Amino acid sequence: MIWSDVLLEPIDPAAVLDRVGDPRDGAVVLFLGIVRNANEGRPVSGMEYDGYIEMAREQLAAIAGEAAERAGSDRVAVAHRLGALDIGEVSVAIAASTPHRAEAFDAARHVIEEIKKRLPVWKREHYLDREAAWLDGRLPAAAASR
Amino acid sequence: MEVTVLLFAAHRELAGSGSTVVSLPEGATAGALLETLRGRGGGWTQLPARSAVAVNRRYATADTVLREGDEVALIPPVAGG
Repeated sequence: MIWSDVLLEPIDPAAVLDRVGDPRDGAVVLFLGIVRNANEGRPVSGMEYDGYIEMAREQLAAIAGEAAERAGSDRVAVAHRLGALDIGEVSVAIAASTPHRAEAFDAARHVIEEIKKRLPVWKREHYLDREAAWLDGRLPAAAASR
Repeated sequence: MEVTVLLFAAHRELAGSGSTVVSLPEGATAGALLETLRGRGGGWTQLPARSAVAVNRRYATADTVLREGDEVALIPPVAGG
């Protein structure tokens, strides 16, 4: 199945993985995005994810559909989390399964790269010195300018 | 006509609000909306002159013509994953 969701609760990677897989498939890829403890050398205490949740759900469904089409597989699942996350928590989980490995890696890679290009989600990094900052991101392609 | 504007992340902090209703002349574009918001003074002036926008949850451009009741989101550079 092609499945996607944007969640406010913790992601269970095993549950995302369970949504893919088929007797035809010899390859399963699971990618996890994790909150790490430093950014550009500065110690980080946690990450706060903000999102335009309704649009993010639609965009994530579209991204999963594109990845499935590229892979020639309808076994792609992705969950993205919003809210306050601690170091080590899963912010995104992507699973894809295909008969052979190249397509599964490609599908998972496509999903994470497109998330970074166009999912309307923002993160505010909290540092050990108690400061916080919105991270610089990427301007989606269809940017308004005048 | 009136449209509802949604603001997120750094934009919300600049504006001091996550949403606002704006009155615009018929036929106004998303770009004109951005100029109107920046003209409100205070933190609004710090909204970027160039921003991605979404109209009714789809990415749009500065030339996109708005309609009564549209939900227009200013989309700061995205940083998901």
